[in-house]
Amino acid sequence: MNKKLLLGDEAIAIGAINAGLSGVYAYPGTPSTEITEFIQKKAPEIRSRWCTNEKTAMEAALGMSYAGKRALVCMKHVGMNVCADAFVNSAITGVNGGLVVLAADDPSMHSSQNEQDSRFYGKFALLPIFEPSGQQECYDMIGEAFALSEELKVPVLFRVVTRLAHSRAAVEIREKKEQNAFNPSSGKGWVLLPGIARKQYCALLDKQEAMLDAAEKSEHNKLEYSSKADAQGIIACGIAYNYVKENNPDANILKVSQYPLPESKVIELASRSESILVVEDGQPVVEQDVKAILGSDYPVEGRLTGKLPRTGELTPDSVAEALGIELSEGLQQGKNLAPRPPQLCPGCGHRDVYKALKEVAAEYPGSRIFGDIGCYTLGALPPFQSLNSTVDMGASITMAKGAADAGLFPAIAVIGDSTFTHSGMTGLLDAVNDNSNITVIISDNLTTGMTGGQDSAGTNKFEAICIGLGVDPEHVKVVVPVPANMEAITKTIREEIEYKGVSVIIPRRECMQTLKRKKK
Amino acid sequence: MKKDIILCGVGGQGILSIATVIGEAATKTGLKLKQAEVHGMSQRGGDVQSNLRLSTEEIFSDLIPKGKADIIISMEPMECLRYLPYLSPEGIVVTSSKPFVNIPDYPEESALLDELKSLPHLEMRSLENNMTLLGMAAKHIGIISAEELRDAIARVFSAKGDEIVERNQKAFDEGFNN
Repeated sequence: MNKKLLLGDEAIAIGAINAGLSGVYAYPGTPSTEITEFIQKKAPEIRSRWCTNEKTAMEAALGMSYAGKRALVCMKHVGMNVCADAFVNSAITGVNGGLVVLAADDPSMHSSQNEQDSRFYGKFALLPIFEPSGQQECYDMIGEAFALSEELKVPVLFRVVTRLAHSRAAVEIREKKEQNAFNPSSGKGWVLLPGIARKQYCALLDKQEAMLDAAEKSEHNKLEYSSKADAQGIIACGIAYNYVKENNPDANILKVSQYPLPESKVIELASRSESILVVEDGQPVVEQDVKAILGSDYPVEGRLTGKLPRTGELTPDSVAEALGIELSEGLQQGKNLAPRPPQLCPGCGHRDVYKALKEVAAEYPGSRIFGDIGCYTLGALPPFQSLNSTVDMGASITMAKGAADAGLFPAIAVIGDSTFTHSGMTGLLDAVNDNSNITVIISDNLTTGMTGGQDSAGTNKFEAICIGLGVDPEHVKVVVPVPANMEAITKTIREEIEYKGVSVIIPRRECMQTLKRKKK
Repeated sequence: MKKDIILCGVGGQGILSIATVIGEAATKTGLKLKQAEVHGMSQRGGDVQSNLRLSTEEIFSDLIPKGKADIIISMEPMECLRYLPYLSPEGIVVTSSKPFVNIPDYPEESALLDELKSLPHLEMRSLENNMTLLGMAAKHIGIISAEELRDAIARVFSAKGDEIVERNQKAFDEGFNN
């Protein structure tokens, strides 16, 4: 037996490799990044270069599936928003080679701006969803997801949460399957003209019964009855199963790891119980469904009724409370304790950018700085406190544009190099076409820093991209953000603020983390 | 038999390396293991922790419930205070006494050390090496012997060469023998 100590993410990666994967398509995002990194390290024969964003990743994976090969798309939960157009429509086209879309949700927002639940996307697109409870299931179920995808000819959504993605346990590794043969589809269903799309949509609806049947039969959706159990039945989804078992190994449980929700098993559990508690990490997706299945007279509790906290990830303690189990008493909380938020690394170029920006912004009382997603979002915290907004990938440029349209001056956008190519370029084109009076700072550290230093899609191309999009070459300026250049940098920022139109300043210096790694 | 351990410190102090060594030793000895780590934003100089659960029986939760941890192993004296509600009243704190000050409102050092000394079970020394800390903690881990941990260091660091292995084992011995 071949056992390995693996993160949930790594178990997914090996599981996919051993399922005959031909390509992984992804943009880095915590907590999903390690899947693609692992495949890059361990399986060079698999196509694995980072993509520009989740939408390009999703579409390229669909293309590989079209050609008959197995493809995996990986992203953090908010990446689902970026690729939603391609994802939802891939359900309509269907697939040829197996296609698995992996979404790593981040309840409690450890490294995210919201805690949306990707299962809603799966339901919305009418697709099967897999939600493993542990590392072994991560490995086992990824192969099953590819098989189901090819059997039903639909993409499968694979959902994990931070605590599973970033937790290690021993995983038994099984045999490796060969990659699919090259076998491009000759089907007509890929051309989603209305006439064809209507037929394809009906075909997708026709597959719903088979999806439900697969979930009803799945060995990962199991009912556990105990002679010692009480009158309350528990539906435990994904990782929530572990927290229930930790607290009460003898509970009557329906473990759910594959959707659509196995209705007949829900009804069976309800018939043996007097009430149901739904324990799920994320948003109350299943709780709503169970209420709909069992009707308003049957008592169902969960996050919606306040039995479990409405926000944040589940913990063994919050589940214990919901089960009416008394918590163990630990020591008193320490007194000499201060919060220690993350911060920009010592010597980081973003620090010099914010120092210069802060100085210049103080000269313009009406100024606002629109931020973006990355390490430099930490510029919102002390000592800089420079950012007035951070919303989603690319929003710095477009929000600055909209605010400038409304009369705000100076409207400044701060965006990182990788975020700019991910979702900033199109917004910059809007601003150029409208001759918006904005100053865009592309803080270029030559990498995707926040997630640990993955290749950045636009490295060495930023001046050309900006000029190509129509920014006046006179107003595309590159500076080197080091303390010795502070005077030159602040001068450049002042000049470009005063220029009435789109200007781009590119402070460029390598990330301290990648630099340190190279020196080792 | 089980041992629930919280490893903590500041991003960049080598917390995950300690976890890796214990994990390697536990796997080799056939123990069951779950180890929740912190990746991502917090690793940039923020507080980091790892929940490490070792047992001869099946382990369900990746996270340690409140009041159930047997040991807090901390690279930084203030950081261990963050997790006291998770420590069982019989549990021990093994920590470095050397503050890592990267925040403006870091508590007064003498008050902090006094609070630590008032804990029921404490082992504290001024140290900077994560393997020395592991050596100190080895006396309390119990479910894995010090020799097994020492061997695991060799396997974990073997790719980096003999010199790095020896240096780390020496640091471990320094923690274990003193």
